[in-house]
Amino acid sequence: MPASPAPTPTAPKHAAPSDAPEVLTGAEAVVRTLELLGVTDVFGLPGGAILPVYDPLMDTSKIRHILVRHEQGAGHAAEGYASASGRTGVAIATSGPGATNLVTAIADAHMDSVPMLAITGQVFSTLMGTDAFQEADIVGITMPITKHSFLVKDAAEIPSTIAAAYHIASTGRPGPVLVDITKDAQQNTAPFIWPPKLDLPGYRPVTKAHGKQIVAAAQLIAEAKKPVLYVGGGIIRSQASEELKALAEATGAPVVTTLMARGAFPDSHPQHLGMPGMHGTVPAVLSLQEADLVVSLGARFDDRVTGKAALFAPKAKIVHVDIDPAEISKIRVADVPIVGDLKDVLVDLLGAFTDASGGDKPDYSNWWSYLDGLRAEFPLGYTATTDGLLSPQHVIQRIGELTGPEAVYAAGVGQHQMWAAQFIKYERPNSWLNSGGAGTMGYSVPAAMGAKVSQPDRVVWAIDGDGCFQMTNQELATCVINNIPIKVAVINNSSLGMVRQWQTLFYNGRYSNTDLNTGHQTMRVPDFVKLAEAYGCLGIRVEREDQVDEAIKLALETNDRPVVIDFVVSADAMVWPMVPQGVSNSYVQYARDHAPSWDNDMAETGRNTEDDAPSLRTVIGGNE
Amino acid sequence: MSHVLSMLVEDKPGLLTRVAGLFARRGFNIESLAVGPTEISGLSRITVVVDVEDLPLEQVTKQLNKLINVIKIVELDPIQSVQREHMLIKVRADGTTRSQILEAVNLFRAKVVDVATDALVIEVTGDTTKTQALLRVLEPFGIRELAQSGLLAMGRGPKSITERVAVAKS
Repeated sequence: MPASPAPTPTAPKHAAPSDAPEVLTGAEAVVRTLELLGVTDVFGLPGGAILPVYDPLMDTSKIRHILVRHEQGAGHAAEGYASASGRTGVAIATSGPGATNLVTAIADAHMDSVPMLAITGQVFSTLMGTDAFQEADIVGITMPITKHSFLVKDAAEIPSTIAAAYHIASTGRPGPVLVDITKDAQQNTAPFIWPPKLDLPGYRPVTKAHGKQIVAAAQLIAEAKKPVLYVGGGIIRSQASEELKALAEATGAPVVTTLMARGAFPDSHPQHLGMPGMHGTVPAVLSLQEADLVVSLGARFDDRVTGKAALFAPKAKIVHVDIDPAEISKIRVADVPIVGDLKDVLVDLLGAFTDASGGDKPDYSNWWSYLDGLRAEFPLGYTATTDGLLSPQHVIQRIGELTGPEAVYAAGVGQHQMWAAQFIKYERPNSWLNSGGAGTMGYSVPAAMGAKVSQPDRVVWAIDGDGCFQMTNQELATCVINNIPIKVAVINNSSLGMVRQWQTLFYNGRYSNTDLNTGHQTMRVPDFVKLAEAYGCLGIRVEREDQVDEAIKLALETNDRPVVIDFVVSADAMVWPMVPQGVSNSYVQYARDHAPSWDNDMAETGRNTEDDAPSLRTVIGGNE
Repeated sequence: MSHVLSMLVEDKPGLLTRVAGLFARRGFNIESLAVGPTEISGLSRITVVVDVEDLPLEQVTKQLNKLINVIKIVELDPIQSVQREHMLIKVRADGTTRSQILEAVNLFRAKVVDVATDALVIEVTGDTTKTQALLRVLEPFGIRELAQSGLLAMGRGPKSITERVAVAKS
């Protein structure tokens, strides 16, 4: 605001026609376009080639720019922002290393279908291709890991390009879109035309599914004896949780939610069997193996879910619903392929199912008695540690119990991620954020930061490991300076825990390069409490079980700054259940050396019928 | 098995990289590639020959369709389409062999486009069977240089790959 009010000029008698577009610099057009798209928060870090954009960014009152400490942090923050809210996350970086630092987050967003807009500065168009200072072909570099990318060399194209990028990122199967803008395009001026015309003749995502396939799918559901609804992250991206619940309850079929879909269906729901896959619950894993019908809803038959794909759900017919036609029959041929937006498809499917079943619930009682037997025999659990150190599972479970389902939980990658997926009970979509497809260590802290920016009224926990935390904890500075009070639980087992677990199981306990020296009886490099304090966070160390609840409560009460709790846990705790890599999911192990007994089911499950599947005993050793 | 895909694409910078990169990334080998403008300005046509089984072909087609700049993909059946490639062959030719070579050129309805004392440059157009047959005939004389276009293909009959696109554009 000017110090003294400026006189309001009276309108000239012969004003230029009011529809003449305003002339803006490309940089101003970037900011104006973002404003008009409804973007309210962006994460970024300036540099030479993006400097022009940062100037008008200082004047806008509609966009909050959060200055990160590393561009990867901006990228994951944009992801966390998007995943917690369903809106599109925006990250800005400069050319060269600024842009390449975004690459990991872009790849991550690509794998997990996160709507994200990445804007990068590029060197002057006249310098492109000359190996200029801080030049990198970021459009070329990110081609395989973006939904689409644009290079803009003309100021006039900025509004339409950013609008197109935003549209592509947020519609259909969402994903990251990169807009690389040369410095001269930012500096030159052009008339600002809004709304711009989007010319995307090759982009027409299908949302409404084929009626015939819907009827065929409904018929299969009505006839099935052992169906499972295999729910993936698509339900969350499509915001179709309510529609899913309606279909699940109308059919009475069991539901499993993948790592990306935790929260898409309430954990407290009696039809929920939990998470399938490598570290899934025994009932969820075996329900798929035994099913005669698998209805895949926004899932993509990832190898961490299917195990050896050829032996996955061997007796099941497959109904595969996805908005991306390329996902259908990519891994497993679908008997009924349905391309469409789940939010619409599920409504249509419920209607068709009601017609097909004549309003009666199918009789799945035998199926449920088998599944309930598995639930009773193999509930999720863990064994207490024997070294006197904390059980990580207990810590994570207590965080969930004391904080509740309205919070947002963002995990890193590894053992703590699996425990957070298993032992926190999710009741609503967008409450669980993690790097599922890419498995990006370091996702947690910046993603939690982004989530807190989009959901300021929710408690946001970063459930992190000591390895992950050391990759991106610099964003604690961003959180402190910008008043983003996230809570970080470092599940500190002083090692790269998941790798260590595999070394325990498959490499005879030879712990090659997995010891991080951050925990109990080590040099504690770094000391996470001191590190937290150095950043201006509240740092707490917890080493005994009786301190756990107290520390979590203190963290929940502290909202004037971020909190970091260093939970010093046992390095020997392992993630169970587990399906060893490359074998049928029927080989799921409930705990070390403890697989479900098979008795009469043995022949049916396909166990021992495949010569190429190694026996568990050769994989893991030991005996039941 | 070889398949001929005809792709209608927006003529945008980097488009070829996107298409070629996708083939490489998903592990498919491009046997031949031809790119050029179409009758609609701003649209190009890529004809690509790829050696894959039917199921992976379906997958690669779907992945190609996801590229924002790809408007349409059609697989051209060899019987229902016209397929041509273009070749320039520099063959060794002296007084004793020249007439034999010219005879072969005439038989194949090819053309001599350059003559030197000890070499001829021959131009031939045809389907792959024809061009390969000519090549086999010329081989004994000594092939000094060979340049070959990617396969071009077009569906037979009155229908056009750009039909509905043209309506949408106008």
